[in-house]
Amino acid sequence: MSQVSIRKIVKSYEGDVQAVKGIDLEIEDHEFVVLVGPSGCGKSTTLRMIAGLEEITSGEIWIGGEVVNDVPPRDRDIAMVFQNYALYPHMSVFENMAFGLKLRKFSKDEIKRRVDEAATMLDIKMLLDRKPKALSGGQRQRVAMGRAIVRNPKVFLFDEPLSNLDAKLRVQMRTEIKKVHQLVPTTTVYVTHDQVEAMTLADRVVVMNHGVIEQVGAPQELYHNPQTRFVAGFIGSPAMNFLPCRLEEAAGALRIRLSDKLAFPVPENRTARYRPHVGKSSLVLGLRPEHITETKRHPEPGQHDFDMMIDVVEPMGMETLVYFTIQGVEASGRVNPNAGAVAMQSMTLRADLNNMHLIDDTTGKVL
Amino acid sequence: MADGTMVMGSGAATSPAPRRVGSLKKLGRRRATTALLLCAPLILLVISLKIYPTFYAVFLSLLDRKMNEFVGLDNYIFLLSRPSFQLVIFQSCLFALTAVMLKALIGFILAHLMHNIRGRNQRIWRGLLLVPWVIPLSLSTLTWWWLFDPSYSALNWTLEWLGFDPIPFLGTTWNARIAVIAVNTWFGAPFFMIMYLAALKSVPEQLYEAAAIDGASAWQKLIYITLPMMRNIILITVLYSLIVTFADFDIVRILTNGGPQDSTHLFATYAFTVGIQSGNIPRGASVSLFMLPVLATLAFFVLRDVLKRSKEIST
Amino acid sequence: MTSTATMAGAPPRKKVGSLERQNRWALRGSYAALSVFVVIFLVPPFYMIMTSLKSSAEISAQQGNPWIARDPTLENFAYLVSNDQFQRYFFNSVWVTALVVILSMTIAILAAFSLSRMGFKGSQVISTGVFLTYLVPPSLLFIPLFQIVGSLGLINNTWVLVLLFPTLAVPFCTWIMIGYFSSIPRELDEAALIDGASYPQILLKIFIPVALPGIIAATIFAFTVGWGAFLYPLAYLYSADQAVLTVGIVRELIRGDVFAWGTIMAACVMGAAPPIIIYTFLMDYYVAGLTAGATKG
Repeated sequence: MSQVSIRKIVKSYEGDVQAVKGIDLEIEDHEFVVLVGPSGCGKSTTLRMIAGLEEITSGEIWIGGEVVNDVPPRDRDIAMVFQNYALYPHMSVFENMAFGLKLRKFSKDEIKRRVDEAATMLDIKMLLDRKPKALSGGQRQRVAMGRAIVRNPKVFLFDEPLSNLDAKLRVQMRTEIKKVHQLVPTTTVYVTHDQVEAMTLADRVVVMNHGVIEQVGAPQELYHNPQTRFVAGFIGSPAMNFLPCRLEEAAGALRIRLSDKLAFPVPENRTARYRPHVGKSSLVLGLRPEHITETKRHPEPGQHDFDMMIDVVEPMGMETLVYFTIQGVEASGRVNPNAGAVAMQSMTLRADLNNMHLIDDTTGKVL
Repeated sequence: MADGTMVMGSGAATSPAPRRVGSLKKLGRRRATTALLLCAPLILLVISLKIYPTFYAVFLSLLDRKMNEFVGLDNYIFLLSRPSFQLVIFQSCLFALTAVMLKALIGFILAHLMHNIRGRNQRIWRGLLLVPWVIPLSLSTLTWWWLFDPSYSALNWTLEWLGFDPIPFLGTTWNARIAVIAVNTWFGAPFFMIMYLAALKSVPEQLYEAAAIDGASAWQKLIYITLPMMRNIILITVLYSLIVTFADFDIVRILTNGGPQDSTHLFATYAFTVGIQSGNIPRGASVSLFMLPVLATLAFFVLRDVLKRSKEIST
Repeated sequence: MTSTATMAGAPPRKKVGSLERQNRWALRGSYAALSVFVVIFLVPPFYMIMTSLKSSAEISAQQGNPWIARDPTLENFAYLVSNDQFQRYFFNSVWVTALVVILSMTIAILAAFSLSRMGFKGSQVISTGVFLTYLVPPSLLFIPLFQIVGSLGLINNTWVLVLLFPTLAVPFCTWIMIGYFSSIPRELDEAALIDGASYPQILLKIFIPVALPGIIAATIFAFTVGWGAFLYPLAYLYSADQAVLTVGIVRELIRGDVFAWGTIMAACVMGAAPPIIIYTFLMDYYVAGLTAGATKG
């Protein structure tokens, strides 16, 4: 009974700045939903409205089948983990975790039981007597989560909880959060600007931009079937290549023309879908770097080889990134480290058009 | 009260219906009322005992001695025409400017010396140098008076022991003026020291290292790095101290009580003599109001600096 | 030692140890110069203590070095401790200061919490106004206040100080507390809000403990004002039984009798002792509070 439902909520500040422009979102019980987007996209504001820290300009927020627009934060039965942890500096770890329970007049035994349980789960039992000052970043993060867990709330809210950690710790804590959610499957709304975090953690990802939702979907769905250019570019790293192109029809088959010399045939199963757009002027080909590789054996249907002058080569270890320019637009591909990519030399690359996206740049929609 | 507890209680018991009573908007409005209420004692205090008396002083200064009749600016005109009051203006300016300059200079030197010493030792030295500033001013001034005492002066004993002539410290006009300034400097220099020391500590060490690599001498580091970086604190400390020193009362009152021949009176002590001791309230009020234009000008600059800084912090 | 050895051994590389050597000389020079300043600065307190240990006879005899008490005696202190009048000054100072500190800190903390956190229309104006009134010195106001407290019937009543001293302490205390409260991250009150705390609980359980260094600094300031202020008690209290320490010592103990200096200095020592003791232990907090506002940004 702890669904969160957001209905047409709007947040505008004085001077008619709209941070959130009427979004709808249904979050199921036990679901882990991640709001992701660039800074200023309205994701944090949305989270803070769910928490009750920001007033809602219009629309409704339901938690557990109840409108909470007018309910103060402490009565919404939520817990929140903040970016800078917001641990009370003058309290020990135990007191930090117990504070919310104490205010709610839980018995001493119950408080102790709950804190112990959460501390064991998070592996911070030996830190209970310490002050936050004496903890490392990762430990503070665990305490902040512990403080949320002991409350056993209807909803967990996370506001960029990992962005103050270094890269290695971030990966570790990410796994930790996932593990905790498997143990305590509380409905969770998680805000981040890091698409990798979003993809790895979420049951469903909500991509936001400029105060509106661009797309909602499971991580794989967003990756394979982005609906807008924004989502296509935001999800995936390195980012998808966007190459201006024209769609030509010749003898019943379609071709994507990137330059006078370079054109790829469109895979047959997409011909019908793309035919109405032949001749449009503002088309963009979207192709992820992982779908531009070195050549090996014979091409499968839909794969096409082409020669390119390589500008820059970036060895990453398990793969090598190559950068090249088509009609003044930089693009990248991911090749095998042993494929012999050398900067300023020509190389034969293979484009996998089965994974292509065709985008109408005027509407930003993926066709 | 009852309403407040109701809402709080309903939070603990998870009954859905009465929750909507405490709407966030209502809560927001109540918060604004509470906020204003919390400020009320402060506002009341400031208005009734600071702002109102200021205007009341202006009103008083326009009355005659018996406070029955309006005499306009007569009190001011009378005062300006009196040589003894002209001396007060002169002495107040001399006192404030010289004492603040000396305090700033000594404080600056002390801060630099202290900055060379790091760690625990600095705390101890700082503590010793802060003693003048910690003793209640009226009590330490009393001690200075005893040091300057005409017949028992320990300072004069030392001078004679060293082979110099004794000095009548408070006996002649200029000696007394210098003595008053010296005591104020003695009292106030530690304050400048801690402000400047804090400023020095806030200058990033890398700037000095960069300057050293660029080939700057110690003097050039002072001119091109330390002073510009400390500029704000130097300025605001001097302005603030000018206000306090200009309006000073304790030292002159205890050390010379304006003497000899009213040559060391400041606005504050003169106002006290005229207004409280001689009972001429309107004229006393006019004397202290002569400080207002100077203080207002100084306060304007302090405020401008403080506001500018808080704006910079918030952006 | 090592640096001198290097220098002697390798003359062409003369400048190798020079920076370090320079620093060492700078340190020695600093200590020397500071010692001179400390000696000068401590002359009055030293002489205060020495005189307080002398008998009237020794002072009036005027023989030999006045800087040393040849026959140290505690008779001045013994006299003061058993002296009704001095007891009254001291007691008056204690209760006035205690009340002023409590009153000022309560007003300042409430206002600072409201101004720094509960932001409402005009809170900026109020903060600025409060700072401005801090710059209005008591010597500008004591004459109109004489009329005002007179009309309240508080002339020659120690309670007048409880009314007036907060005007000297509160603006700066509020200013310090606004600074400390503003430095508490907003997430901390939001976390407390979600944890279920009400505004009074946030103030009592989060803000006051977290801003304790600031509260100590502001309290010391209020104490300094209550204990040491001179003008208001001098202007409004004229009889001995209502006087506080500062005025009592300066006005009542000095009766033109030179030979009472031992007693007067002993009284000064006792009057200066409480602040000195407090600053000895809490100086760091006070210095931090005082300089925090000026150096940030």
